[in-house]
Amino acid sequence: MKELAPVFAVVIAMAAVPLLGVSNVTLNFLVVALIAALAGQGWNVLGGYGGQYSFGHAAFFGTGAYVTAVLQVRYGVNAWIAFALGIGGGALVGAVVGGLTFRSGLRGSYFALVTLAFAEVLRISASVAPITGGGVGTLVKLDLHVVALQFQSRAVFYWMILALVAVALIVTRLIERSRFGVWLIAVRENEDAAMALGVNTTAVKLAAMVISGAITAAAGCFYVQYFLFIDSGLAYGTWISIEALLTPIIGGVGTVFGPLLGALVVRGLGEGARMVTGGEAPGLDLVVYGCVLVLIIWFAPRGLIGAFTQLRSRVMGSAGIVETSRG
Amino acid sequence: MLSPSILVAAIVNGLLTGALYALVALGLTLIYGVLHIINFAHGALLTAAMFAAYFAYRWFGIDPYLAAVVLAPAFFVIGYALQRFIVGPTSHGDDRNMLLVTLGLAVVIENALLFVFRADTRTIDLSYALSGVDLGFAFLPLPRLIGFGVTFVVAFALWLILSATDIGHAIRAVAKEKLGAELVGIDVAHVYAVTFGLGTACVGIAACLLIPSYYVNPSAGNAFVLVAFTVVVLGGMGSVLGALIGGLAIGVVESFSSLFLGESLGQIGIFVLFIVVLLVRPNGLFGAQA
Repeated sequence: MKELAPVFAVVIAMAAVPLLGVSNVTLNFLVVALIAALAGQGWNVLGGYGGQYSFGHAAFFGTGAYVTAVLQVRYGVNAWIAFALGIGGGALVGAVVGGLTFRSGLRGSYFALVTLAFAEVLRISASVAPITGGGVGTLVKLDLHVVALQFQSRAVFYWMILALVAVALIVTRLIERSRFGVWLIAVRENEDAAMALGVNTTAVKLAAMVISGAITAAAGCFYVQYFLFIDSGLAYGTWISIEALLTPIIGGVGTVFGPLLGALVVRGLGEGARMVTGGEAPGLDLVVYGCVLVLIIWFAPRGLIGAFTQLRSRVMGSAGIVETSRG
Repeated sequence: MLSPSILVAAIVNGLLTGALYALVALGLTLIYGVLHIINFAHGALLTAAMFAAYFAYRWFGIDPYLAAVVLAPAFFVIGYALQRFIVGPTSHGDDRNMLLVTLGLAVVIENALLFVFRADTRTIDLSYALSGVDLGFAFLPLPRLIGFGVTFVVAFALWLILSATDIGHAIRAVAKEKLGAELVGIDVAHVYAVTFGLGTACVGIAACLLIPSYYVNPSAGNAFVLVAFTVVVLGGMGSVLGALIGGLAIGVVESFSSLFLGESLGQIGIFVLFIVVLLVRPNGLFGAQA
């Protein structure tokens, strides 16, 4: 339990925020940032710990969103069950995509490309298939009851996404401390060496992709319950894939809290850019994101958390500070 | 229902479109062959070049084909500078970082264009855009015929540069054996930047060939580059000949799948082919190295 203490501390502190009487606008900002954080936490398992940089995590986000929405709207499935099946759908997509790509030994640029292509195939399919509502999208009926997984109060939604983020944080932390986590990091650092030492690298990567897909899909499931609408661009758009990798890389790739920190920073910067320009500047927030991404890789390749640990060890004058992630 | 003339027309149209895909893919494959990364900023650079060609015509009345003479060297310089001063130093020699930096550049360029020019779609009207050659079963618009021809000229020029000049020899040396090239005194950072510049110059030319018959908006280049990824994979990453043949083949595939499946599903045909090729033969049809 001791290793989970930081996770509980952060989550409990964040859970107290709605009790401070913050406005609905602030809560909405936090909910959206936490959705991005959750999607990024999924990416971080595979990309941060496993070194497999996916450029198509929208495939999982969108599948989670569509499964949740379509099951409720077309088949009258209970929202809670639909939500769970949405997460399962993301895991399944992870298993299929991972099974195909890792078996073929695709790495690096090739892996990035093939994940991107899968997300695009799903996006185009969703934009024409009748079951997803095609170009019109799918609207979930407003029904503010706990049974329908919809809440009158923003605070309850906030606690719900926070709980999902907390589960993802715990899963990440447990992976980090497990034998599986060590294998995964070995694959990231030197896949051939890991293989030579007897690690079944294909199985390790596949397992990471399934977990990763399930977590990012959960973000999509929540998105639908919160906004009650989904279409192919919102679900499978390139921007979803970019943001899923942006948050962990800015926060600290391969660290437990990286995606959460990154999401708050990125969304905060975007909000700031919008406030400065009065919302009359399409694209400016994304210009800021892109610049931050390049600058982080340039000056702090281990993200904000990495930069902070480095700074701390320099201040304390010792090189022996334990690094939890990238060694 | 399907007469042979429709099929032939589909093939001819596919080849004409495919040539433009090939030209965009040439730049990508060259960069991949030497730097071993996919340049995700390729699409955004193409869009930027299309805007440049558009405004050259709108403001100064410069014919797009004439603008290519200026845009090619200009985009060479832009590409050179991007690699030399941003992508290279930023990535600390890590391929994964290089991918991310090019992605970051793509986001910045695309959205800076969106910020300045808004999402409006723009087109230009050339007096000769609608003229062309009528084959009876198919009408070949002049701009696309020119595009087809120029692609081959550019491919030939690239081949000449790579095989007959000193810098071309250096590029090939770095592509084959980076450390060895460095040891015999080749400035690898310079060669990387020249390669990136040549790839970007291809995009500058492609933009001039595209603008007479297509439209430009801040995300116009993406459609071509997603296809170009496929071309590059199909032709074998790093292979100039592969990009040329792959581009033509993809043009025909797209033309056929939109004939049989409809316009929006036509794109799916490309991506499915892309995934299948990646999974079954990741070295491509002409690629040598993994």
